[in-house]
Amino acid sequence: MPIADPTKSGQRDLFRGALEMMILQSLRRQPMHGYALVQHIQQRSNDLLQVEEGSLYPALQRMLREKLVKAEWEISPSRRRVRTYTITPAGLRHLEREVSSFEQMLTGINLVLSPVES
Amino acid sequence: MNWFKQLFRRGQIYSDLAEEIEEHLGEKIDALVAGGMSRKQAEFAAKREFGNVTRIEEQGREAWMWPNAENLLDDIRFAIRRLTRSPGFALTAIMTLALGIGANVIVFSVLNGVILRPLAVPSPENIYQLSRGNNASDYHSYPDYVDIRDRDKSMSGLIANGGLTAGVTIDKATIPSWGVTASGNYFDVLNVKPVLGRFFHASDERGLASAAYIVLSNDFWHRQFGASDSVLGKTVRLNQHPFTVIGVAGEDFRGTDVFFWPDYWIPIVNAEQVTGWSDLCCRDHIGIQIMGRLKPGVTPQQATESLNAVAHQMAKEYPKDDGLTLQLHRPGPAGSKHDPTRLALTGIMLLAFMVLLAACANLATIFAVRAADRSSELAVRLAIGASRGTVLRQLLIEAVVVSIVGGLIGSLLARLLLGFLVHWQPFGGFPTRMPILPDFRVYFLAIALSLASGIFFGLLPARQVWRTELVQAIKSGYVLSSSNRRFVFRDLLLVIQIVVCTVLVTASLVAVRGMVRAMHVPLGFQPDGVTLAEIDLSMAGYTGAQALPLQKKMLDATAAIPGVTAVAVSDSAPFANNSGDWFIYRWGTTDFQPSHMAFSAMNFLTSPGYLELSKIPLISGRDFTWHDDQKSPLVAIVNRTFARKLFGTDSAVGQRFAMWATAKYEVVGVVDDGQYGWLNHEPQPIMFLPLAQGVGGEVMSKYTIVSVRSQLPPDQLSGALQRTLTGIEPRVPLTVRSWSDFVDRALIPARTSVVALGVLGLLAAMLAITGIFGMASYAVSRRMREQAIRMALGAQRVHVMRSTLARPALILLGGSALGIAGGLLSGRILAHIVSFATPDDPLVLGGVMLTMTLLGLIATWIPARRAFGLDPSQLLRES
Repeated sequence: MPIADPTKSGQRDLFRGALEMMILQSLRRQPMHGYALVQHIQQRSNDLLQVEEGSLYPALQRMLREKLVKAEWEISPSRRRVRTYTITPAGLRHLEREVSSFEQMLTGINLVLSPVES
Repeated sequence: MNWFKQLFRRGQIYSDLAEEIEEHLGEKIDALVAGGMSRKQAEFAAKREFGNVTRIEEQGREAWMWPNAENLLDDIRFAIRRLTRSPGFALTAIMTLALGIGANVIVFSVLNGVILRPLAVPSPENIYQLSRGNNASDYHSYPDYVDIRDRDKSMSGLIANGGLTAGVTIDKATIPSWGVTASGNYFDVLNVKPVLGRFFHASDERGLASAAYIVLSNDFWHRQFGASDSVLGKTVRLNQHPFTVIGVAGEDFRGTDVFFWPDYWIPIVNAEQVTGWSDLCCRDHIGIQIMGRLKPGVTPQQATESLNAVAHQMAKEYPKDDGLTLQLHRPGPAGSKHDPTRLALTGIMLLAFMVLLAACANLATIFAVRAADRSSELAVRLAIGASRGTVLRQLLIEAVVVSIVGGLIGSLLARLLLGFLVHWQPFGGFPTRMPILPDFRVYFLAIALSLASGIFFGLLPARQVWRTELVQAIKSGYVLSSSNRRFVFRDLLLVIQIVVCTVLVTASLVAVRGMVRAMHVPLGFQPDGVTLAEIDLSMAGYTGAQALPLQKKMLDATAAIPGVTAVAVSDSAPFANNSGDWFIYRWGTTDFQPSHMAFSAMNFLTSPGYLELSKIPLISGRDFTWHDDQKSPLVAIVNRTFARKLFGTDSAVGQRFAMWATAKYEVVGVVDDGQYGWLNHEPQPIMFLPLAQGVGGEVMSKYTIVSVRSQLPPDQLSGALQRTLTGIEPRVPLTVRSWSDFVDRALIPARTSVVALGVLGLLAAMLAITGIFGMASYAVSRRMREQAIRMALGAQRVHVMRSTLARPALILLGGSALGIAGGLLSGRILAHIVSFATPDDPLVLGGVMLTMTLLGLIATWIPARRAFGLDPSQLLRES
């Protein structure tokens, strides 16, 4: 899995779209705001994945522009003003396409990496 | 959300993003503090884990942009901001370029309108004009035209056209007008269509029995008939002969001449009815122009061969066409290599281009110096992470912005000036037009020149940026590694500029000098105090024989006006209404062929007293009397040149000559030489013949000039003349002007070149001053520290100044020397245009040297004072 190196922001996505996939997948479970998203991704990955927190935001802006997500300002239970992101139908379709193509790629890589049977 | 809405919502989007990030950090800090960190530690940790806030915001914003276009927009905005922050630099650069571009737009517009723009007819590239003989004259006789037209096989059609001056009577009012007599196939060969009615055709030609049709020009139709459709079928009278309006030409079609836009066209076969004489009869009545359209697939060379085969045949058949050769060339000034208009314009275009070159050289210097001054700023920008490409792009954009703004301003100024020039009517009522308003070609040139110069001198400082050594630059605040070379590119630019300036100063001085001389040339007569009233009696339908009694009546009536000291009548006068040349043959000639003539001489038909009135000195013999009429022997008064050329002596009284078999003359007087039609070095042979005899006892003049010498104020005299003369013949329009006006008109070409060259010269001088000034002050400021050290070590101030300014002075000297050589060369071209221009005049040379020295002094004065006033102790302390 891609590991973000905080000193090299250029490598925040080991392959393009990984971060977006994770964000969309997380939002599919429930709408949440940026900070919560970071926490969620770190917990779900058992802290194997250290996402540089900031890199989330440019990705969110791109997805907003492409209308994969939408955002609303709300007040959180901890009485904080937060911007909550919700996945859109277009976002759902995008996620499904991306996941299936990602799985295909992973299968391919696994096949190549698995020991050769003579 | 479309892109447009996005553009306006963007502020909201960005502030949302910033706020969101702010909240994120706040939440994180709170969480860390809750986990047991101090607030300060928590803030650090939160920021560390979040990453570079500015950068992330920027990346977030980028999602909403079109990066390339917006960067460019930003760069342009930045460039404009930078330029407004140094208005002195921006203004200098923009105005420099505006002048250069403006000068070029003006000159190119004229060149474009006069030479490059083809005739406004379909497929103008196939239209050629015929010229004849070794001197490539464009004028032919009508019988020759008919022969060439009927025998030639290479052209799809040949047309003939001539000029016509006539009084046109519309609803009883008569005004002077200028038209064209055209062969029947004129419009069909040119392939133009009428906007109203129809044109006449070859099938309408039936000699003098042809229907008298007239086709109006669009302009004349608007002016005289208010563009009314009911004009068709209407009768207008030309010199009292009725013509039926059958059509109106399109707005674009202005005949086949560049400058002369006719009021109307009539069939050439009807010309005799209007003028009262036949120009179509004879092979030696030369006065029409021939043009033709090439057949498809025929080259001009093939056509010339075919035409010359015809000419050869004609030369055999008709003695008057002996040795006839024909050439084809493009119509108008474009067609002839030696046309003075074309030569002058090409020369001035070249000079204007040199002004632009000088402007660009100047700009390159300004930009290079600016880049050098900004070197530390640029170095800082490079150091904090701007790529060299970005900095370069920025500089280039700045240059392009300057050049486009400069180009726009220049074009605008030029357009304004051309607007005035278009309405310039140098030749009185004669309808000359300057077809010089800029078209797309001109604007295209302006844009191309602006961009080219922008990119060119924008790239010059680029070399400096490319070589910038950061550390060095920041440390010393100074990057010009090339500045210590002996000869830098900037010096070359300055040399070019000075050469251009010198050439232009020389050229304008040559022109001014020529004009001054032309103004002081002895005229041989005294036009001051003389007023000319011009009447064309043919406009009222008079024949030659009827005209004379009326002319006498006019003379007597005018003489009776109180305050008039002398009156005379003539058919023409020096500088006014040139009546034409006649061939002069020696006494004893029997075969009157043009090849046997001695020379051709201009002729003035004058009443008695004309010599006295115009103060033309009679050297020997007598003036005419009214008894020199058609019953007495033919007599002539000739000028000194005429006498010397024909008889080899000044005392020619009693000598004889002939003009044709029945026109045999005895000389009764000799007058001194003078100037007659244009200002010229060479004295021309001329003769005076008695008005009452006409030319050869047959050709009487209906054109009448009443010359009046009087002390009366011009208004009063003009009014009295109008009343007196229209009282005698109310149907004919009359023009009254002072004789000096006519003489001044001859100076128009010289004046125009003086103004054009003077303006260009002034521009070049201004550019040279700023150029030298920039270079010299740069030289001073660049070496300030070095010179301060020298002075501290004991160098004399004068030495310091000399070493600083030696280079600008040397460049000035070298450039001027080159420029004078160039200027003298261009002066030779000028000598074709401005009479009396002598380029190797010592006064001109002296003037050029003085001007250049003055320019140098003006430009180096302030820098020199700065160099001289250096205070070493202060300077060294500062650095």
